[in-house]
Amino acid sequence: MMSGENIIFYLLAAMILGSGLLAVTTRHIFRAAIFLLFSLIGIAGMYFWLQYEFIAAVQIVVYVGGITVLIIFSIFLTQQAGEKLPEQKIGRQIFAALAAFCGLALIMLQIFKHQFIATNQLALEPTVVNIGNNMLGVGEGGYALPFEVVSILLLAALIGCIVIAIRSKPQTI
Amino acid sequence: MMQPGLYHILFISTTLFFIGVFGFFTRRNLITMLMSIELILNSVNLNFIAFNKYLWFNKLDGLFFTIFIIAIAAAEAAVAIAIIINLSRNFQSIDVNKTDEMKF
Repeated sequence: MMSGENIIFYLLAAMILGSGLLAVTTRHIFRAAIFLLFSLIGIAGMYFWLQYEFIAAVQIVVYVGGITVLIIFSIFLTQQAGEKLPEQKIGRQIFAALAAFCGLALIMLQIFKHQFIATNQLALEPTVVNIGNNMLGVGEGGYALPFEVVSILLLAALIGCIVIAIRSKPQTI
Repeated sequence: MMQPGLYHILFISTTLFFIGVFGFFTRRNLITMLMSIELILNSVNLNFIAFNKYLWFNKLDGLFFTIFIIAIAAAEAAVAIAIIINLSRNFQSIDVNKTDEMKF
């Protein structure tokens, strides 16, 4: 018996994992960026499914609208159009797949062995009001200090990007 | 089919994490390596949100960790792309095997 909710969950899971796998295996770099885009959209859909609407909106704005566009622009700036990536050694691919699979098996074994215990306290709804009150709160559960630190970090990253990527003038004699 | 719960989401995020690790091992192009890192960071975000939703729903800590990870990932992607553009200007390539000037 499958309800609509379950069907949507499994569709989202297939979208996330399928396009994620294609993003790391395809040899066209532009297609890899598009598959990454679909994987990120699937994760945003998963946040909607979990009813964390604010974080889903943040995911779409920052990842889908920002980082993917940035990656596509950098592909245009650095790659020759229509050029395939060089083929990797088959030994390296086998080793990487084996290492990833062993890690996956280990972690999944630990997760399914572990018994998670949920808290029995009252739920705090992830509404925008609650998020805002906690984000700028200075008391218990407040995140004002990390908020300020992250703003400084973003400013530093902004300046650093400009300094690194600026084209230095050729030396004139 | 079972009702999706915490274990299903943990399975998705763990698999996505190791897909990212696989990409990071096999890719030799800096932009595709950056894409793998984005996949890894997203799987961690999904993990935090799932724990917040199913185990510690009395607080919003997982949600704030996700917000801060997204902010730091955006900064990291921007700096990485600036470095990649600078590298491609100086070496005409962003393959990690070809940029070996500081190797010896």
